[in-house]
Amino acid sequence: MQTETVAPTRAVSRGIFSSQMLRTLFAPLGQLAIWTVGTAVVLSLVVLLLALIFRTSSSGVDRFTLVLSILPQVIVDSMVLGFVYAMIALGYTMVYGVLEFINFAHSEIFMIGAVVGAEVLISLSEAKALENFNPLLLILLIIAAGMAVSGLVAVVVERVAYRPLRNAPRLVPLISAIGVSFFLQDLVRMLESIWRNAFYRTYPDVPSFSQRISFGDTLDVSYKSIIVVVAAIVMLLALNYLVGATKIGKSIRAVAQNRATASLMGIDVDRAIALTFLVGGALGGAAGVLYGLRFSTINPYTGFIPGIKAFTAAVLGGIGNITGAMLGGIVLGFLETFGASYLSIFTEGAFGAEYKDILAFGILIIVLIFRPKGLLGEVVGERA
Amino acid sequence: MKGKRRIALLALALLLGLLVAACGPAPAAAPPAAATPKAAEPTKAPAAAAPSQKGTIKVVSVSPLSGAQSALGEQIKLGAQLAVEKFKKPIEDLGYTVVFEPQDDQASPDVGVAVAKKLVADADVVFVDGHLNSGVAIPSSEVYKDADLAMVSPANTNPKITDRNYANVSRIVGRDDVQGPAGAQFAINELKAKTVYIIHDKTAYGQGVAEFFRKEAEKLGAKVLGFEGTEEKANFDPIINPIKAANPDVVYFGGIYDQGGVLLKQMRDKQVKSIFIGPDGLDSSEIVKIAGPAVVGAYYTTVAGPPSAYPDAADFAKEFKSKYSKDVESFGMYGYDVMRIGLVAIESAIKANGGNKPTRKQVSSAVRAVKDFKGITGTINFNSKGDPTVAKYFVLKFDKAEYPGSVVKTLDVAAP
Repeated sequence: MQTETVAPTRAVSRGIFSSQMLRTLFAPLGQLAIWTVGTAVVLSLVVLLLALIFRTSSSGVDRFTLVLSILPQVIVDSMVLGFVYAMIALGYTMVYGVLEFINFAHSEIFMIGAVVGAEVLISLSEAKALENFNPLLLILLIIAAGMAVSGLVAVVVERVAYRPLRNAPRLVPLISAIGVSFFLQDLVRMLESIWRNAFYRTYPDVPSFSQRISFGDTLDVSYKSIIVVVAAIVMLLALNYLVGATKIGKSIRAVAQNRATASLMGIDVDRAIALTFLVGGALGGAAGVLYGLRFSTINPYTGFIPGIKAFTAAVLGGIGNITGAMLGGIVLGFLETFGASYLSIFTEGAFGAEYKDILAFGILIIVLIFRPKGLLGEVVGERA
Repeated sequence: MKGKRRIALLALALLLGLLVAACGPAPAAAPPAAATPKAAEPTKAPAAAAPSQKGTIKVVSVSPLSGAQSALGEQIKLGAQLAVEKFKKPIEDLGYTVVFEPQDDQASPDVGVAVAKKLVADADVVFVDGHLNSGVAIPSSEVYKDADLAMVSPANTNPKITDRNYANVSRIVGRDDVQGPAGAQFAINELKAKTVYIIHDKTAYGQGVAEFFRKEAEKLGAKVLGFEGTEEKANFDPIINPIKAANPDVVYFGGIYDQGGVLLKQMRDKQVKSIFIGPDGLDSSEIVKIAGPAVVGAYYTTVAGPPSAYPDAADFAKEFKSKYSKDVESFGMYGYDVMRIGLVAIESAIKANGGNKPTRKQVSSAVRAVKDFKGITGTINFNSKGDPTVAKYFVLKFDKAEYPGSVVKTLDVAAP
């Protein structure tokens, strides 16, 4: 957890609004804004340049106008996907920062959040209670439900599957994590099958979320997309505050730096680690709810692909680094969406949207060759 | 130490509890196990009373009973089960016990082949009612072919199913090389579409039907603005953006409802106004649940029309509903008819074999020999490849967010 090592140790005692405190809180946000805009600008320039060079396609379509006309929408979609990846990536990076192992069950924690959100919303809609709800309250309710369940499951998983193995060789908890991942997938499938007799769940339509703001023909933004981005930014701020400016955060940072020394200083290491899982899991759960809300259909195996992508995002940003994970998520979201949207336009259908991952991961490999520690990272290296 | 042991015990108790729960009334988790005894039990008593007990004849249905496509697969199973219960009598009178065993292929080619190998290894299995997915049926039928095990498909529309000319593989539904072009003709001649955009799911079925649609659309003079394959299940944003920019008259989706429904919903969310058309993979009540109001105005072609389109199916639909408290959907009727053909063929094979248990090869040729079979889905004759000589094709439209859509057009087309 590198960004926070410079965090002021005396900030708490000096009161909430000291300038250092504000910097701890908002500096990552500034960094995030710079990277988001930067990635958007660079990728937009690349596609526009390509479109100018190869302007007319064999069937006579003007690629430049085509590319330009969908560009604003592509940028917005990239941001939404990027923020979802970023929120999941936080869970991977926090656990890695503290325990130096990769919690592969995190993708299932994410999925559980999505399932809980769906079930709460479906139950409300079956009880015909959706209309009476204040939309803002509804959002907070389902996100809180997803966070609570996912956070608790993460803590239980840590207690049952990881804590007994804490001093075992590093590969052992990794295998345990993979086992937990399978277990949770099929546990959710079984519970849903017994309870609902179906495990493909669709988020019901909430009219107030389905509204959208249109900017002419080229761009319209749904409320759902705005909810995703705003929620992600609020979570990042809250996380920064928690890790950078509270006693709990200080204990987590201390354990991340050196577990033995932290315990000698009177820090309850078990508690700090459990808290890390609670926070990471809750963030994963919130991401799950937002993902379900935005993309509507989920199932017990939903977590796998976003989980792998978010893990990649965490590595790209520099695993162990909180701001890095966010940036990695954003960059990956952009690469993927740009690839999927533009590949078929430039290759005239020969390579379509299905090659987006090859493009995105190809670029990732190149980035990691030149920056093996990730965009911001420092922890990765001999251990990962 | 004590604490640790207690936790271990707790964990053990939890696991045991889960196991018990899993073996209990898990409806979707273990339907084959739950259903087999039901089918087998009533047969035991008369079998014991019958004068000569010549052995067991097993007939099976193979379709996805778990996973995203289980809504369709369940229909095939229930239809087949009802047929066995109603029409096994003639074979039992000949001294055989008829056992129905529903199988789950999970809509996956690997699982389908594994199930096929299991069935081939059981010498009592003589007839297969399945599969749902062409991509699963093609490799699985290679296994059946080596054992001459008769397979009749209630749902597979890919031309390759019968174009391989296997003597044991037949179907009672139409073909994608008719269904795809029928969709294109409808889009261009009736809906006056000038531009189309095609998305498919990269499976043998989805891509196959999408390619037939494209060929016919190009032949009729429409412009194909895009042809894309995707395995995406959640985030269709990047696929929809180019569609929106291209603004085609028609978007054709070759694939199954679990993707198609989400694509349709997100398309409408993004204000894409193009007419949406798909093949019979969209022919399930699930698409309405997934897409909600977005489904209104969408068209689909199908080889298996809704029960209301068949005059003879009304009684069957009532019986199905009272028995399984579920509405019958199209593949339920086809699963039912296939199993009836199977039972008729087995009966005539036994008779032809002088009352002895027929070989699988004899059952396979008896299936092809079935003439003018009056099913609820129409009169069925097989041609030399195993296609029905004349098959029905339907175009349906969702006028409201309710399944099934209303029939816009019905075509009787001879097999090519």
